[in-house]
Amino acid sequence: MDYLLTKEQLLARELFREFAEKEVKPLAQKVDEDEYFPTETVEKMAEIGMMGIPFPKEVGGAGGDYLTYIIAVEEIAKYCATTAIILSAHTSLCCYPIYMWGTEHQKEKYLRPLLRGEYLGAFALTEPNAGSDAGNQQTTAKLVGDYYVLNGSKVFITNGGKADVFIVFAMTDKSKGTKGISAFIVEKGFEGFKIGKPERKLGIRGSSTTELIFEDCKVPKENLLGSEGMGFKIALQTLDGGRIGVGAQALGIAEGAIAEVLKYVKERKQFSKPIGSFQGIQWYIADMITKTEAAKLLVYNAALKKDRGILTSADAAMAKKFASDVAMEVTTQAVQIFGGYGYTKDYPVERMMRDAKITQIYEGTNEVQKMVIASHYIK
Amino acid sequence: MMSFRIIVFAKQVPDTTEVRVDPIKGTLIRDGVKSIMNPEDKNALEVALQLKDKYGAKVTVITMGPPSAEAILRESYAMGADEAVLITDPLYAGSDTWVTSMILAKAAQMMGFDLILTGRQAIDGDTAQVGIEIAEHLKIPVIAYAVDLKIEGERVIVTRELDNTYEVVSTRIPCLVTCTKELNKPRYMRVENIFGYFDRPISIFNNSVLKFDKNEVGLVGSPTKVRRTFTKGPKEQGTIFNGTADEAAELILSKLKAEKLISEQ
Amino acid sequence: MIMVYCEQRNGELLNVGLELIGKAVELSKDLDGEVTAVVCGNKITQLSDKISQYGATRIIIVEHPLLEKYTVDAYTEALYQVITSENPDILLLGATLTGRELGPRLAARLRTGLTADCTNLEIDPESKLLLMTRPAFGGNLMATIICPERRPQMATIRPGVFPLPKPDTQREVEAYVFTPKLSEEDIKVKVQQIIAKVRKHKDITAEKIIVAGGRGVGSKENFELLEELAELLGGGIAGSRAAVDEGWLPKDLQVGQTGKVVRPKLYIAIGISGAIQHLAGMQESEYIIAINKDPEAPIMKIADLAIVGDWKPIVRRLIQQLKQTMNIQEEKIS
Repeated sequence: MDYLLTKEQLLARELFREFAEKEVKPLAQKVDEDEYFPTETVEKMAEIGMMGIPFPKEVGGAGGDYLTYIIAVEEIAKYCATTAIILSAHTSLCCYPIYMWGTEHQKEKYLRPLLRGEYLGAFALTEPNAGSDAGNQQTTAKLVGDYYVLNGSKVFITNGGKADVFIVFAMTDKSKGTKGISAFIVEKGFEGFKIGKPERKLGIRGSSTTELIFEDCKVPKENLLGSEGMGFKIALQTLDGGRIGVGAQALGIAEGAIAEVLKYVKERKQFSKPIGSFQGIQWYIADMITKTEAAKLLVYNAALKKDRGILTSADAAMAKKFASDVAMEVTTQAVQIFGGYGYTKDYPVERMMRDAKITQIYEGTNEVQKMVIASHYIK
Repeated sequence: MMSFRIIVFAKQVPDTTEVRVDPIKGTLIRDGVKSIMNPEDKNALEVALQLKDKYGAKVTVITMGPPSAEAILRESYAMGADEAVLITDPLYAGSDTWVTSMILAKAAQMMGFDLILTGRQAIDGDTAQVGIEIAEHLKIPVIAYAVDLKIEGERVIVTRELDNTYEVVSTRIPCLVTCTKELNKPRYMRVENIFGYFDRPISIFNNSVLKFDKNEVGLVGSPTKVRRTFTKGPKEQGTIFNGTADEAAELILSKLKAEKLISEQ
Repeated sequence: MIMVYCEQRNGELLNVGLELIGKAVELSKDLDGEVTAVVCGNKITQLSDKISQYGATRIIIVEHPLLEKYTVDAYTEALYQVITSENPDILLLGATLTGRELGPRLAARLRTGLTADCTNLEIDPESKLLLMTRPAFGGNLMATIICPERRPQMATIRPGVFPLPKPDTQREVEAYVFTPKLSEEDIKVKVQQIIAKVRKHKDITAEKIIVAGGRGVGSKENFELLEELAELLGGGIAGSRAAVDEGWLPKDLQVGQTGKVVRPKLYIAIGISGAIQHLAGMQESEYIIAINKDPEAPIMKIADLAIVGDWKPIVRRLIQQLKQTMNIQEEKIS
């Protein structure tokens, strides 16, 4: 798909490939086995401008476009899905809403250091009773003097234990339903804000996924993002961009698994032949590659449309849903092709399969994605 | 410090660590082998950029090659270089190390410099000659095999690696230093340098700029010529041996000698 | 006339110069038979005795106080003066690190061509030109180079490429002392300090020669034999996952899918079966020797030389033989 890319995007891709191979790949196994959050990788990404790719230089970004950022997520995910989601949650889910709806003051105070990688960002919408039913927000925010006081909890928050800045959604007016939800910029050190212990997970094990607990948490009123009641709209539009990021992560996982398979089927010999010479294996690989190409087109399509300002929620949902299903299928098939060896931790495909599963679940389960797609077309 | 002018000579090369010999035909497989900036030239560029960071030096990257060599100049810009020059002319094709160093020396002279940095050797030619020969053409001192480099006033202090020792040497600028990969870990390109700066100008030096007589350059002007090239041939079938320990040891030793694998320390 | 530059360090001749004299004598049979050995330094006239034994027909001792310590500036200028007065047809130098910097500087000053790191030299029967063969493309390609017009035809050759000739202790050759015109100003690069190299433990991915052990090695103590072999060969040790799991080696020496991928010039696999995860880590090695009791072990199929047998006596014997071979070459500098 190189014909779609500009010369800047091609050069940036070279950079991301080199970085992924030299910095991300060597840590991937440790990140998974030790549930290790790769702080040093985040710092190195920050140094070369990777934590603010799709934002203009005037606000402190790298001046790239969304597709370039998506390519960065994809290239990193080929080696490590954890590192990829750290980048994606930070960029799409935290930097983006501040860029879109933040005041000048908020952008200077939060966006600039976030884009420099000095701060890490997170997005907190999901609650114990509000997953797919995201509108059912139980966390409340009450304006008291110069502060909004937040009470409630959030769960499964990516980057939770490591982020400095959180976009937190809370109900400011329960009577208005989803139109009563507001968005806030919350700093790690705010009074009344506690971060829970990281979850122990099936995959993306190095990702810091935590609960957030608000007990009379005082958020300065200037940290309201947008206006009261705008929160749900901010959440949904932000998630559209985030879903393209997850699509890119899933795409990268699938591509990484295919690369491992292509190498292995040349090396592994059974019945005196490399297994890559058996038609059964060849047919599996043909299907895996075809589906991954299709996923790539959907993900790149969504990114290009976002750059042109014509993205629909359905585009983003299709990209995320299809790519995540492909990632799950391809990685499972990869383990099968590797056979017994693929089931052991000697080879990375079992990790890729475990990592792939979450892409079908977070940032809107694939069931929710189908709801989004259908409602776009059935009016 | 002063306005210190550094020229870095870099070469675009195929990534020879990825080149394979076809096991059956015995020919080189070059398909899909990327072109990259020669690794030790990147170390040289990194030294220059560190001097820029520290002293505000001006860094000019010059490469000689076909038009596609522009790619490494773009990469140099994205790493932080100030200026880029592409020396290209069909007349220069086939130049050996002597002619190449003569052409590069003239370009350096025209641009003006205080310090020239090059990689120690290129991974395709593997000769390690060009850097040193450039210094001779320019009649400036040369320090080869740098593993460390410092500037003190008008002097360049270099730690260089020889066979069995390290030497700390110094000389006055202008001079040339060849750089090894032990010197540093080159920085990555910066994303913000890729966007918006991509269309920075690259000066093209062809022969109407450098003005060589056509018989002095290219294949025609080169003192050395390639008579023929060949690959070492496909890998032979392995030998299996079953005998006494003495015989086995002797066989191993003779193979090691035949394959020139016994090295002297 | 073929001229051979004989490098000396601290008053001792390096073997490479003598190896080149041997080759030059062989090549000179197709030319005019003259081989001139040249050595630079200060107070080194006694070296001519040793050089005489190796076949040169003439010896030039280039002496000057400023040549006492090697500097590229002084040595280039001194040799330049000798060469412009002697006009050799061919000039050979050892491709030591000093040779590889002296060669180009000299070649450029002489305005002639230089071919570096030659692995073979021959005289073309018709043109009488020197045919210089060398590796390129990271060693994947060989090229034969000629220097048809400019003189001398220059080549550098690595130590050990040509054999050390047998010395003829009865041979005497007249030595001629040449005093070059040199002054302090000629030496532009000043040496401030010389630091001895301490042999660092290299990362296995950087080693050119690896001796690796697997389950068949049997114990941690047995690895000392592999260490000894590796040291003699100038390389390092490594191991399979089995050896690391047994605690015989640290993890950073593990070769394989979950260890490191290595591509050395020589990989000796001792007591390693060659499971696919191990092969993935070393199958790109240039030359593979495997020693294993089991002729059907997977590693035996990819080895260039597969030795069936008990590794211990074989390795002991090999160490012995290597020590003997190396003793002959032992009168070198440290």
